[in-house]
Amino acid sequence: MNKIEAKNVDFYYGSFHALKHISLDIPQNEVVAFIGPSGCGKSTFLRLFNRMNDLIPGTRLTGQISIDGTDIYGRSVDVDLLRRDVGMVFQRPNPFPKSIFENVAYGLRVNGVKDRAFIAQRVEEALKGAALWDEVKDKLKESAYALSGGQQQRLCIARAMAVEPSVLLMDEPASALDPISTAKIEELICDLSGRTTVVIVTHSMQQAARVSNKTAFFYLGEMVEYGETKKIFTNPDQEATQNYITGRFG
Amino acid sequence: MKKWIDRIARWVFTVSGFTTSVVILLIIGFLFTEAAGLFRNPIVEEGYVLALNPKNPVKELSAEQIKQLFDEDITNWKEVGGPDLPVRVFRLEDLDQLYTEEQLGAEYEFAGAKIAEQVQQSPGIVAFVPDVLVQEAPGVRCLPDRTIPLKDVLLGAEWYPTATPSPIFGILPLVSGTIWVSFFAILIALPFGLAVSIYLAEIAPEKVHKLFKPVIELLGGIPSVVYGFFGLAVIVPLLQQTFGLPVGESGLAGSIVLAIMALPTIITVAEDAMRNCPRTMREASLALGATRWQTIYKVVIPFSITGITSGVVLGIGRAIGETMAVLMVTGNAAILPSSILEPLRTIPATIAAELGEAPAGGAHYQALFLLGVILFFITLFINSCVEFVSARNKFKR
Ligand SMILES: Nc1ncnc2c1ncn2[C@@H]1O[C@H](COP(=O)(O)OP(=O)(O)OP(=O)(O)O)[C@@H](O)[C@H]1O
Ligand SMILES: [Mg+2]
Repeated sequence: MNKIEAKNVDFYYGSFHALKHISLDIPQNEVVAFIGPSGCGKSTFLRLFNRMNDLIPGTRLTGQISIDGTDIYGRSVDVDLLRRDVGMVFQRPNPFPKSIFENVAYGLRVNGVKDRAFIAQRVEEALKGAALWDEVKDKLKESAYALSGGQQQRLCIARAMAVEPSVLLMDEPASALDPISTAKIEELICDLSGRTTVVIVTHSMQQAARVSNKTAFFYLGEMVEYGETKKIFTNPDQEATQNYITGRFG
Repeated sequence: MKKWIDRIARWVFTVSGFTTSVVILLIIGFLFTEAAGLFRNPIVEEGYVLALNPKNPVKELSAEQIKQLFDEDITNWKEVGGPDLPVRVFRLEDLDQLYTEEQLGAEYEFAGAKIAEQVQQSPGIVAFVPDVLVQEAPGVRCLPDRTIPLKDVLLGAEWYPTATPSPIFGILPLVSGTIWVSFFAILIALPFGLAVSIYLAEIAPEKVHKLFKPVIELLGGIPSVVYGFFGLAVIVPLLQQTFGLPVGESGLAGSIVLAIMALPTIITVAEDAMRNCPRTMREASLALGATRWQTIYKVVIPFSITGITSGVVLGIGRAIGETMAVLMVTGNAAILPSSILEPLRTIPATIAAELGEAPAGGAHYQALFLLGVILFFITLFINSCVEFVSARNKFKR
């Protein structure tokens, strides 16, 4: 069953044609990795799934993207509800100017959850899920800015997971992290698969190979190849993919 | 070579920083010494005394009592703790009516004796005369004079700096006038300022922003006299009609003009602060399903709160220190205001209006410096409140 279906997607920043005719299906509760050289449109494509690009003036989309069978760019769609269900982790840690606890509780609070005990429980679970609980359990009331960069990124992951989204979009979540934090995050992604649909953008081939079930290779705004991760990394159909994963360009 | 440039640069910065700090400290020191001089002045004008009949047992009079005596608001000595005796006020000029020029002498050489004569004749007299004339006169008691007490100045409810024989420097009406006007100005300016800055930073389309921002910045550059004139021509009559006031010049008129003047500062600074909130922060909030409004008040405002408060403080600072516009529209009555709709007077307006007529070095002049010091403390107080509040906001970057 497909969680996300993109059909004939074209996307423009003003007159710049950033995504060219992309169609791809993301199966439910699997991990899909987007790879490709810098500037090829991975982030742009990812940000279409929670309508983040709506915020950028002068952009235009044609084609259709649906999640659970509904066109998310349809007229009757409540964007806030959509975003609640499609979580996102950004490339750089971007905690709010609040305490560690309030950062994680934020998503629940803005969605109208009032039950304190429930919030506390969800915060703890999310922090444990993001492998951060042991490091912060004694300083939940302190500012999130007092954490290291890697801890902040895990906090942002916990924040995204606290609302239990059914899709988690991750834009190079580990690019600013040390190997240990990276390993923790990869472990977390593996835990999530089977429960949550994860779409991850990464520049690390090894990471894509380790965590994903399927991989899509992008190049200059086009999706060159999409398939089982194993196949992409061992026996890709396209020569461009082969060149990229073997490090001959990009 | 590089090393030398480095050294010279360091030297230049140190010297300029040091001299600036010293100059500022000297200015503050000057302000304080001038102001402190006020409390070394006698209550009665320098060089004059109040002469009483020896039978009158009254030992001391406050500046206020003296003023009431000479205004003939007090007509009996028992009101100031003396015997039941009607008061007779006597000024030096009265001599000319009682005696001929020959009797006083061409050089006023007999004036002292004549004053003594008058004082001896009437037990209820209080004579305001130069001290040299009566110092040695028999049968004349000079009221012992004191220096102006701190309490009468700080807690005094009357400001009559030019009253004779004893000026009254109660600063309370001016302090409260300043506080009232500034408080209401902020009360008016804050909601509008925040609303406009949120609109410009978060909601306005780029075109509107491009148009409005320069216009608002331009408003900040208009001289305050122009605002005062606008207030006088528009706001004062408007207030007079709406509230049915005898005069439209009032504290509220001042507050409105000040609010209008503080708005550009508040708006530009607060808007800049909110614009500086990184896009990724907003995106993170929206990506969690927060609405635009939730994002503004839960993320953008907390993130830029330091900038917003400094905008507000700059606005308040402008309101408290503003002189010209307030002078023009508040009616300048140095009385304790009981309502914001009454005329009142602020500290800066008082200094501006009275400095010209206060002789340098005199008590009035020093009292105006004291007002400057008070203003300095009010600003200092507000700044430290803000420091305190923003220091408590520990979640800043
Ligand atoms: N806000 C924007 N306005 C205009 N052009 C943009 C904008 N954001 C991205 N682009 C352009 O769109 C193209 C795709 O950008 P995108 O950020 O999706 O690349 P990416 O694959 O995520 O690259 P990276 O791996 O470096 O993150 C780039 O050429 C970029 O210059
Ligand atoms: Mg990217």
